[in-house]
Amino acid sequence: MAEVLVLAELNPADGGPRKSTLEALTAARVLGEPSAVVLGVPGTAAGIKDVLAEYGAAKVYVAESDDVDAYLVAPKAEVLAQLVAEKSPAAVVIPSSPEGKEIAGRLAIKTGSGFLTDVTEIAADGTATQVAFAGATIVHSQVTVGTPIYTLRGNSVTPEPAPAAGTEEAVQVAVSEAAKQTRVLDRVVEQKSNRPELTEAAIVVSGGRGVASAENFSVIEGLADSLGGAVGASRAAVDSGFYPHSFQVGQTGKTVSPQLYIAVGISGAIQHRAGMQTSKTIVAVNKDPEAPIFELADFGVVGDLFTVVPAATEQISARK
Amino acid sequence: MNIVVLVKQVPDSGSERKLDPSDNTVARATADNVINEMDEYAIEEALTVKEAQGGEVTVLTVGPDTATDAIRKALSMGADKAVHVSDPAIHGSCAVQTSAVIAAALSQLEYDLVLCGAESTDGQVSVMPALLSERLGIPQLSGARKLTIEGSMAKIERQTDGGYWEVEAPLPAIVSTWDTINEPRYPSFKGIMAAKKKPVETKTLADLGIDASTVGLATATSKVVDFAGRPPKGEGVKVADEGDGADKLVGYLAAQKIV
Repeated sequence: MAEVLVLAELNPADGGPRKSTLEALTAARVLGEPSAVVLGVPGTAAGIKDVLAEYGAAKVYVAESDDVDAYLVAPKAEVLAQLVAEKSPAAVVIPSSPEGKEIAGRLAIKTGSGFLTDVTEIAADGTATQVAFAGATIVHSQVTVGTPIYTLRGNSVTPEPAPAAGTEEAVQVAVSEAAKQTRVLDRVVEQKSNRPELTEAAIVVSGGRGVASAENFSVIEGLADSLGGAVGASRAAVDSGFYPHSFQVGQTGKTVSPQLYIAVGISGAIQHRAGMQTSKTIVAVNKDPEAPIFELADFGVVGDLFTVVPAATEQISARK
Repeated sequence: MNIVVLVKQVPDSGSERKLDPSDNTVARATADNVINEMDEYAIEEALTVKEAQGGEVTVLTVGPDTATDAIRKALSMGADKAVHVSDPAIHGSCAVQTSAVIAAALSQLEYDLVLCGAESTDGQVSVMPALLSERLGIPQLSGARKLTIEGSMAKIERQTDGGYWEVEAPLPAIVSTWDTINEPRYPSFKGIMAAKKKPVETKTLADLGIDASTVGLATATSKVVDFAGRPPKGEGVKVADEGDGADKLVGYLAAQKIV
């Protein structure tokens, strides 16, 4: 059976594989037998091998080196290119983070291949599904040259266990000087939160201009917490200083695709729809009955968010 | 300091955008085309660096003849001159091919710093700095929310989920910028008038020494097989809050087995 390389994306907080890695292992199975690739400082692979095996990694290539961590993107692409040359895989699947996409692009040039970013599905013949133009167009694409490289958009595939051997194989890492130009000096976490990560969350509650102030965002946070969800914000809310930019959902922010998306006080401009249109279920609360967000909503409440949302939060909390 | 800013003309993300069913490429001819919004932040950053350090800002665009509108916008903000790579053979190129064209055009310019937007609002592939870094051997400093130039080094804050990475590299380097980095200036009337007289050099693939058969739809490294509009959502339910909005909302979530 053909081998498919899957790059493991790790959670910086605990070093474990992110959900995106398990999704990529699941999506890769249709193309062949997944082999996970772990890139990180020495000791990275030890704690995560078992999870990778549980989700279908027949092999786990361990490429551990301080250089992989100390420089931006280029060393990881170099190691993957080395593995592609040695193993001749049928394809490479990478979680679609900014770094993942950059690794994919560099790998494509190094290996003379094509790459497809932010795919939501991969078919057995290698055809990938992508969502274009703010979710308005569904595109089927194929790589026509070299080893197909895909980056898989988060929350597009449900991770399913498929226990495999997870045989460890060490990879010698020799990062070239050319790949050591961009040095990572520090990794700074500004917002520590107990809420799930926005792009991984099953439920996202977002607030818009209608929330009217930074203080009022506690209403949005309250509903999110009652549902165990993440908090997002529209560009209008971010531009008005109500909520930090890293929570912005939309064309120039994050793209999310949760099971449930609740848009509160958000009109539904194209800018915003671009980031949430593919959510499974969409609920909107807005006082303007003509707000375009209602065209997208499976369920909409026309009303004052400051009465509807706190009351709903209370009811949901009472149900627990 | 010689600065080159990469600018792309894209269909306005606020209007309806389409693929052309004849060849599955972005329908640019019929679109309401504008400068890629994210590029304005790169132009602003280039002008800021120039104002602090002196030098010259050159705009580089690859695109059809209509892309001159985007170039004029950049020049009216204050860039000094432009290079417009335009050749019908480029139509339908993938990111890998486009990066080869941009790399060749950059190689004919003198630069200490290359700036571009962190993504284009049409393709949203967001990897051009990585591709150009790979091709030109210059370091990538991508996804910046802050840029500092100190002597021969450039340092950025690379925006990440919930924070940033501090990253540095020697010049020349390629930096991409998010919309958190600055507030782009509006072109002044004087700037708009001055832009009309600024030099715009047009180059073809032959000028760049690129074999036309290596770019364009026929030899792209990926292709769109087919596309379709998103199927319309089923009619949603919309209720008015008459004191029972929360009840109905929670009732819906319960029916969906979410709560």
